[in-house]
Amino acid sequence: MATKNDLASQPALKVMNRRDLSKRLVAKLKRDEAIIGGIGNTNFDLWAVGHRPQNFYMLGSMGITVPIALGVALAQPDRGVIAIEGDGSLLMSLGCLATIGMLQPRNLTIVVMDNGMYEITGRQKTATHATSDIVAIARGAGIENSVWARDEAHFDQLIDRRFDEGGPHLIAVKIDDEHATEQTPRDPALIRQRFMQGIGTGRKSALDG
Amino acid sequence: MSWYDNFLGVMKDNEVRLVSYVPDNVITPLLKGVTSDNYFMSVGATREDEAVGIVTGAWMGGVRGAVMMQTSGFAVIPNVLASLVVPSQVPAVLVVSERGALGEFNIGQVLVSRTMRPTLDAIAVTHHTLDNPDTMNFVVDRALKQAFATLSPVVFILSPLLTGGKVFKA
Ligand SMILES: Cc1ncc(C[n+]2csc(CCOP(=O)(O)OP(=O)(O)O)c2C)c(N)n1
Repeated sequence: MATKNDLASQPALKVMNRRDLSKRLVAKLKRDEAIIGGIGNTNFDLWAVGHRPQNFYMLGSMGITVPIALGVALAQPDRGVIAIEGDGSLLMSLGCLATIGMLQPRNLTIVVMDNGMYEITGRQKTATHATSDIVAIARGAGIENSVWARDEAHFDQLIDRRFDEGGPHLIAVKIDDEHATEQTPRDPALIRQRFMQGIGTGRKSALDG
Repeated sequence: MSWYDNFLGVMKDNEVRLVSYVPDNVITPLLKGVTSDNYFMSVGATREDEAVGIVTGAWMGGVRGAVMMQTSGFAVIPNVLASLVVPSQVPAVLVVSERGALGEFNIGQVLVSRTMRPTLDAIAVTHHTLDNPDTMNFVVDRALKQAFATLSPVVFILSPLLTGGKVFKA
C-alpha cells in the first residue's frame, strides 16, 4: 500500500492535465457510460472536451459527486458509471469511499483529479499536497482496485476496459494547476433532464414529438 | 398494523425502493422493515448529505428512493437540498424522526430541531408532520404522488405523537 513516503519516492508519478485526461477518458467509452463531473473545474473540463448525453455536470453540492454516481450505479447495474472528482471535494466526503468499499458496486469507477489544491477558490493547498494519499485512503476503505496512474500511457491502460464490471475502481492522477477555460451552462434542471434522457429514464412527453 | 409497517406499505405502493440512511433510534423499526424485505434496497451511508446524493443518483437512474435520518441529520443537508435537489427538480423523499420536541432532554437536539422547519420553508420544500396514525397513510400516499408528479422533494417529519419518540429515563 502506498504511504506518504512511497508517494514521495515515486518520481514515476507524472503531473498530467485535467482536460487532456478527461478527453482520453471520454474517447475510450463505448457503452454509453454515465459520467458525473464534480464541482467546478472537474465538470467544466468534462464539458470542454465535448458534451455527451450521458454526462451529468454537478454545479453545486461540493463533495456529492461520488454519492450521486453510486446512486446511478445502483439503479442501473448494467451501465458503467464514472465519477470524476477533485481532491478537495473528495476530502470533504471521504465517508463515501467507506460506503463504496462496503457495497462493492462492480459498475462504478472513481477518477480523482489531484492537483493538491482547491484551485477554483484561490489555489489553497489541500491535504494531498503533502501528506494524504487518496489511493491509500481508498484502499483502506475497501476499494482494493485503487491505483495511481503513473503517466498518460498508464492512464490509457487503466481505462482500457469495460466499466460495467470488475469494479469498484479508483484511479487517482496527479494533475497540474491549470484552471478550466470553459464553463458549463448553469441550468441544473435542464442538465438533470438531459442526463436522464441520455441514460434512458427521461420523461416521455408529447412535447418530444 | 404499526405506524412503521403502514409507512413502508405506502412507500411500496408508490414504488419507493431504495432507502439510504444514517440510523436513529426512532426509525429503527423502519430500517428493520426495509432490510428484512427484498423489495427494498437499503444503503447505509456515513452522512446524510451522502445519502441524499445517493437517492438523487438513484432517482435519475430510474429507482425512487428515500433518505431516513434524525433531526440532527437534517441539519447536515440544507446545502445539498438548496444546491442540488431543489434546483435540479429531484423528488427526493426525506423521512426525519423528530427529536427536540415533546420531552426532549438534550438541549442541543432542541436547538437543532428548531432550524428544520424554517430551513425547509426558506427553500420552499414541502413538509408534512406525521402525528396521527389515522390520517398518516392518506397524507404520505398523496404527498408522494404529488412529489413524483411535480418533481419536488418532500419531507415527512415523524412526530413523537406518532412514534412515541425517545423518552428521558431519569
Ligand atoms: C460545502 C462547500 N464548501 C466550500 C465551497 C467552495 N468551493 C467550491 S469549489 C471548491 C474547491 C474544490 O476543490 P477541488 O475539488 O480540489 O477542485 P479544484 O478547484 O482544485 O479543481 C470550494 C472550496 C462549496 N462550494 N461548498
